[in-house]
Amino acid sequence: MSKAQDIIKAAERRDLRSRWLLSAPSLLIIFVAAIGPLAVVVLYSFMVKGDYGDVKYWQFSGEGWFSVLFERGLFDDSISLADAHLSILWRSVKISIITTIVTLIIGFPTAYFIATRPPNRRDLWLFLITIPFWTNLLIRTFAIQEVFRNEGVLNTALIRTGLLEKPLQIMFTDGAILLGIAYVYLPLMVLPLYASLEKFDFRLAEAASDLYAKPGRVLRRIILPMVKPGLIAGSILVFIPSLGAYVTPRVLGGGKHLMLGNLIELQFGQGRNWPLGSALSISLTAIVMLSLLVYVRASSKSGARSHG
Amino acid sequence: MARQFSVRHQRGFTTIALICFFLLYLPIATLVVYAFNAGSTVGTWEGFSLRWFEAAWENTRIIDATLRSLTIAPIAALIATAAATMAALATTRTAPYPGLTFKYAFINQPLMVPEIVTAVALLVVFSQVKVWTGYSGLGYLIMAHAAFCIPFAYLPIRARLETMDLTLERAAADLYARPWRVFRRVTLPLMWPGILAGFMLAFVVSLDDVVITEFVKSAGQDTLPTYMLGQLRRAVTPEMNAISTVFLALSVAVVSLFFFLSRKKT
Repeated sequence: MSKAQDIIKAAERRDLRSRWLLSAPSLLIIFVAAIGPLAVVVLYSFMVKGDYGDVKYWQFSGEGWFSVLFERGLFDDSISLADAHLSILWRSVKISIITTIVTLIIGFPTAYFIATRPPNRRDLWLFLITIPFWTNLLIRTFAIQEVFRNEGVLNTALIRTGLLEKPLQIMFTDGAILLGIAYVYLPLMVLPLYASLEKFDFRLAEAASDLYAKPGRVLRRIILPMVKPGLIAGSILVFIPSLGAYVTPRVLGGGKHLMLGNLIELQFGQGRNWPLGSALSISLTAIVMLSLLVYVRASSKSGARSHG
Repeated sequence: MARQFSVRHQRGFTTIALICFFLLYLPIATLVVYAFNAGSTVGTWEGFSLRWFEAAWENTRIIDATLRSLTIAPIAALIATAAATMAALATTRTAPYPGLTFKYAFINQPLMVPEIVTAVALLVVFSQVKVWTGYSGLGYLIMAHAAFCIPFAYLPIRARLETMDLTLERAAADLYARPWRVFRRVTLPLMWPGILAGFMLAFVVSLDDVVITEFVKSAGQDTLPTYMLGQLRRAVTPEMNAISTVFLALSVAVVSLFFFLSRKKT
């Protein structure tokens, strides 16, 4: 009796050990080239700034974290809010939120359109959304830059038709960054929305309609509540990369309209303030993790409801 | 009958959707069309020509960067796929065991942390390692790419494993096949579509990476995307359109293949 149990236990232990051995390569690679370095950044955020970039090892201070939000006067000890950082932080949050709303407004009807096509045509439409998604982000940013430039397609067309006399300055504005990010991340909104809408049972909409609900009411009261997980997933999937965007604001915003990602790079480059850069990186990571947590909470809640 | 149709119809949705597709493809189409422009500005068409493709082909920096991209991507994708396959075997088809959640979190970490944060973290650590060891080859880039490719390779492999029928392997084992033989003759062939999908995802993700590569690369280690990023700061010639077009064609080819394969297996 106890011998049989021993054998089972031993087999289980062997299974567990082989499972850890099998996962070891993945865990090791990710530790060396992702999580380990991240831990180093956490450490650096508490160290004293070095003279030529870098940090003074094992000299700890809270200065890095302090200067995320505040700055000291040059000649006295006066403390004031770091306006430059706050305006960049505000721009990042503002652009990310507006981007999420814009992609939602365009993405929902698009996902709805695909989901209501005949089944054999859906794959084709979906494929058309997937192609830009798998196209290099840089190429898409470059493509939108070619449209926005002063000598670009849009301005040339507007001037030729006589609508404009001088080219409209679109590049290097917050608006350009916003439209660029929305363009780049739009597929991330459409795909989860489609996944939800595809599972939606349109007989429910028919039933509501038979009971004299107008199309707008069917949308608000039946369809939107049912596809809420997709709405949340899409919004988070767009919001998170927007907040950490680096390439698109760098190309479309020029040197002046920075977002959080560019501010972080600046601290490790010309700014030579690694502790501040580290503190900013950890802050960004924390905001992203928090959004993810909200997403997991929300999706597990609505998932539980739909099963129950 | 008319009512039946109107249930699925929401006013204005079709228009917005078609505009969305139009706007999605307009910039890409412009990019491709002007790659074949004889003139040197985007915006004014001066006739068809392949001169910018020829110019790109003769630009040794572009060729170097392309070759470097095509060296890093397959190696990193291969490492990531091998590691992810093992990890998927270790984390599926089992009752929850201690450490399982930890493994999920670990493997998906590269997806959760913003790329710019990982990039500066790697810059900080690898630049120090470069000083200590004196080695500054492609190894750092391959390692970094392999790490962020693992979750992309892992997802389709795990999905495949979870839908696989366990009874086939049990049957093989009942017929006295040794574990390794069962794995090689039954499990692996059944997993294959997932592994292939995972490899292709990892390959494309590695090929496309800009941010992490930009921060990890040593001097003279431009990949095609970082070369393009550097060029975008200057005045751009249609040469960029030509490279982008070739890159685009490559991505579309891989994605189409991916679509085709994933359809075939069902």
